Amino acid sequence: MILLEDVVKTYSSGAPALNGISLNIEAGEFVFIVGDSGSGKSTLIKLLLRELKPTSGRIIVNNTDVTKLRHGRVPKYRRNIGVVFQDFRLLKDRNVYENVAFAQRVISVPGRQIKKNVPQVLSTVGLAEKYKSRPRELSGGEQQRVALARAIINKPPILLADEPTGNLDPRNSWEIMKLLEEINKNGTTVLVVTHSREIVNAMHKRVITVKKGVIVSDQEEGEYIDED
Amino acid sequence: MRISTLGYTFKQGLKSIFRNKVFSLATIATISACIFLFGIFYSVMVNFQNIVHQAESGVAVTAFFDNDITDQRIQEIGQEISTRAEVSKVVYVSAEQAWNDFKDDYLGEYADSFGDDNPLADSANYEIYLSDVAMQDQLVDFLTSVQGIREVHKSANAANTLATANNLVSYVSLAIIFILFAVSIFLISNTVAIGISVRREEIAIMKLIGATDFVVRSPFLIEGIILGLIGAALPLVAIYFIYNKAIGYVMQEFAVLDSILAFLPVEQIFNTLVPIALILGVGIGFLGSAMTVRRHLRV
Repeated sequence: MILLEDVVKTYSSGAPALNGISLNIEAGEFVFIVGDSGSGKSTLIKLLLRELKPTSGRIIVNNTDVTKLRHGRVPKYRRNIGVVFQDFRLLKDRNVYENVAFAQRVISVPGRQIKKNVPQVLSTVGLAEKYKSRPRELSGGEQQRVALARAIINKPPILLADEPTGNLDPRNSWEIMKLLEEINKNGTTVLVVTHSREIVNAMHKRVITVKKGVIVSDQEEGEYIDED
Repeated sequence: MRISTLGYTFKQGLKSIFRNKVFSLATIATISACIFLFGIFYSVMVNFQNIVHQAESGVAVTAFFDNDITDQRIQEIGQEISTRAEVSKVVYVSAEQAWNDFKDDYLGEYADSFGDDNPLADSANYEIYLSDVAMQDQLVDFLTSVQGIREVHKSANAANTLATANNLVSYVSLAIIFILFAVSIFLISNTVAIGISVRREEIAIMKLIGATDFVVRSPFLIEGIILGLIGAALPLVAIYFIYNKAIGYVMQEFAVLDSILAFLPVEQIFNTLVPIALILGVGIGFLGSAMTVRRHLRV
């Protein structure tokens, strides 16, 4: 599903963010990417989203060679990847329903289909009752659930979560992780970048540890490895 | 693109206008000012051209024939001249008619002393009226080369003055209009740039979700087009009402020039002005936003 071969990413400043990373993630896996700030985790997410191009190496996602992807093909490629961020990135001037429907509107899903899909996905994340609320009226956990609903409404085979619990209290963090696990059980490949030792250690999933742009550990049912 | 997406895009374009009310109003005001001035210059230019054209139709080149010319040759020359592009009308003036006109214009009762003599016996001619005074020299060159034509008289000053004045008004108008449009494009570009910066987060999300360049860009293009359309429509309404009043005022204040000032009716001006102004408004809006979107939205 996701294959990286000797991927190097060097920014214009000259410092390497990723330094020869190779990994293979199969369809349906749940993988944690852990590592210190500046270790290259976010660069990895950006490369998978094709926000950045690698300096060298090859990235294959869903049988698509991302490194050779032409500009015009990027939107279609991204429709196969759902993404959530630490800061939720919701549209503050729109309610919950509109925020989720937005993901379907911009890819030209018919209006009738949107009306059917949005309530369904909102009930999956437990926010069916709050469809009229604005983001500012919701708790952090609820906002992240809206972001999650937006990420999965187009049924992407891959879901990337960049520090999804970074702004949440432990109770909300666990709720989000449970949702991610549920989404994964339904067949979606889930890649979670996190700092949360507690969550990583409790969930017994595959853990890839990145340090200074290099994978230092890749364990099935792994644990959070201290930086030192 | 689906109708629902089109509706969404249109709604976003409209929303953006209201979100940046001040800049939207400033843009509409500038475009309106430009189109208004364009409308005024256009009306002046078209009317001036009409007046010049009327004056031009009175400018004639006179071609006199050789003394021994036959009637058949005169007819042939007449036909040859009529086919020329520079010519709008050819009038044959016989020697008798030339003498009668001269008598009526200059001699009056003193003409009787000439009896049956015709001092203008060799003055049979063609009065050739021009379709465009600027082409007078070209026509004169042609006439002087025609066999059977002895002499050609032209009114060089009248023709040159009218042609120069016509060109001057056209060039000055075009220069002013060009400057105004450049200002409009700059302003609309600023408005759209602000719209883009206000919606930067939304654009980033759209890109990540997989929206195509077209879907990301079109609300801004629609915003520009709507601003351009409103900016063009408002001054047209104003010009419609001002035009007749202005014509009425000029005709009243300068009644002496009644025979020279041939103004066109507002409907005739608007037949051309409305489509041009709307196309310009939409064009300015589209161009201004397209330039900005291209520069700021590398999706």
